[in-house]
Amino acid sequence: LQLDDRVWLLRAMLLMRGLEERAMSLYRQGKVPGSFYDGFGQEAISAGAAFAMSPEDRLCILHRDLAAHVVRGVTPVRILAQYMGRADGITRGRDGNVHFGDKNLGCVGMVSMLPDMMLVATGMAMAFKLRGEQRCALTWFGDGSTSRGDFHEALNWAGVQRLPVIFVLENNQYAYSTPLDKQFAIDPVERAAAYGFVGVTVDGNDVEAMFEATRSARERALKGDGPTLIEAVTMRMHGHAAHDDMKYVPTELVEEWRRRDPIDRQEERLKGAGVDVDGLRSAVTAEIDEAVQEALSSPMPDPSDAADGVFCTGEAEPLGDGNAPWSGFAS
Amino acid sequence: MTTLTYLQAISSALRDELRDDERVLVMGEDIGVFGGAFKVTDGFVDEFGTDRVMDTPLAESAIVGCAVGAAVVGMRPVCEMQFSDFISCGFDQLVNVAGKMYYRQGLAVPITVRLPSGGGFSGGPFHSQNPEAWFMHSPGIKVVAPSTAEDAKGLLHAAIRDPNPVCFMEHKHLYRRVKGEVPEGVYETPFTARVARAGTDLVVIAYGAMVHTALEATAPESLDGASVEVLDLRSLVPLDVDAILDSVARCSKVVIVDEANEMCAAGAQVAAVIAEHAFEDLDGPVVRVASPNVPIPFSPPLEQAVLPSVDRVREACRELLEY
Repeated sequence: LQLDDRVWLLRAMLLMRGLEERAMSLYRQGKVPGSFYDGFGQEAISAGAAFAMSPEDRLCILHRDLAAHVVRGVTPVRILAQYMGRADGITRGRDGNVHFGDKNLGCVGMVSMLPDMMLVATGMAMAFKLRGEQRCALTWFGDGSTSRGDFHEALNWAGVQRLPVIFVLENNQYAYSTPLDKQFAIDPVERAAAYGFVGVTVDGNDVEAMFEATRSARERALKGDGPTLIEAVTMRMHGHAAHDDMKYVPTELVEEWRRRDPIDRQEERLKGAGVDVDGLRSAVTAEIDEAVQEALSSPMPDPSDAADGVFCTGEAEPLGDGNAPWSGFAS
Repeated sequence: MTTLTYLQAISSALRDELRDDERVLVMGEDIGVFGGAFKVTDGFVDEFGTDRVMDTPLAESAIVGCAVGAAVVGMRPVCEMQFSDFISCGFDQLVNVAGKMYYRQGLAVPITVRLPSGGGFSGGPFHSQNPEAWFMHSPGIKVVAPSTAEDAKGLLHAAIRDPNPVCFMEHKHLYRRVKGEVPEGVYETPFTARVARAGTDLVVIAYGAMVHTALEATAPESLDGASVEVLDLRSLVPLDVDAILDSVARCSKVVIVDEANEMCAAGAQVAAVIAEHAFEDLDGPVVRVASPNVPIPFSPPLEQAVLPSVDRVREACRELLEY
């Protein structure tokens, strides 16, 4: 990682947090319909992992991973328009807040049945391997997802076929209100060995460690050494969604994790390296302010075309390539 | 033209697509070396290799989900459910991931899911179902159900070339019982209905195996010379409403046959369309013949009591003709 890369990672995390904070306040003003989900405290996981992915790689992005969209090149105004159900949002109002992926940037949006995308990512990797391409697929999911059958089916299939796919488990201690000890009897990273591939545990609040673990996993995948399960240990610092006051979480636990905030940690590092962190923060805030105004002026979708576009009537276009700002891809 | 069984016609379409388009792959349980439970892909591995004729783990959700992933990066996967019943295990991936993808994100999912369906051979409650209506109710999924060898091949070509998820309902009872002339090479059958026999006194609307039951039940000499039309729907999504209304306008009496369980079956939708748009054309009540809402039983006398038979369809037609 060059210094510019490390700044990029901080910027992606700041954008994620800033956008989510603004979207939450828009939600409270009644401008974001439905509910609202954020990834406060988990910004390092999506920023670091997505940063290790090349333009030709493909990502299935979940609901606490906004920074991945930022890294791939989705603009703040489109994200905010998406939250508000506007015509200029990524799904043009067809789906809610974090349920989106920009097909032109190599991303597929999640569905609410959370581990489903693990199989979609596995299928992408299967195609890459069949065609002999040097590409890989990556998806995120949470600790709750490890209990569902699709988790098993994806890891098993990926292991059997030694596919170039990276599974990032965001272990944020709670699935809605359910703590880890009601979710599994052993740490799920240990299951990787049972499926025949590597499992690693990473400090999910260290964005550079997340990048490094993902970069290694990607190298393994491209060499033909199969999948990697990365367990990123973190804490969900907000409720499951906006309505959830998180009373079931001990206050001390939240306080303990607040001291490990991923953005604070990266800022400390970069200040030590002489980066103008305050200047970066101001620039991000200004960018978001401008995006909010622009998104608020985006029209609502036209109700007369609500029933249009269920079926594709033209050619089936595959996913396009996304941005990959890491300097390692430039050379 | 060449004479093929319904099963050979399906194999022929798959083989042609694998030859024509390197993006096509077929994937499923025991379809490779073994050639499939019904031998639809017998010998395919020798010509196309194990990558494109893929033996998968026993995991239906994964078969559909991985097909979706491969499709959105440019492949044209054709999944085989060993029996259509097992699509229940892949339901979520098909309905929530594949079916809604294009509407939500503008991302097309060109997958075909082959569903060997239907009863009549003591398959019991888990090897006899006709689950097409589950998918008719789910936006974004096309559903086709051929009754002839010619349509089996043509509809499968069209399904694989369609940019959307398509459920291809292939009736197991027809695999080796139905034979017919099939054009050489690739041709696409449109997702529209077909008049299997023209008539003027009554129309039986059916699809899949029930087209043959309807034709036999209403054979020219069997109903005192009544002229009975048989409309083969061929496609359930999209449903050919124009063809249905056209037949009703000409015949004025309608019997709708489903092999599937009666409640909310494809035929229920057909009946609703007729009630809504053709009420003035009717000379009698819309009559339905279907399996009652029970699991398809195993023992032959029980199964025969449940599945619509030639006699039941003929009796329903006779009563309606006398109305």
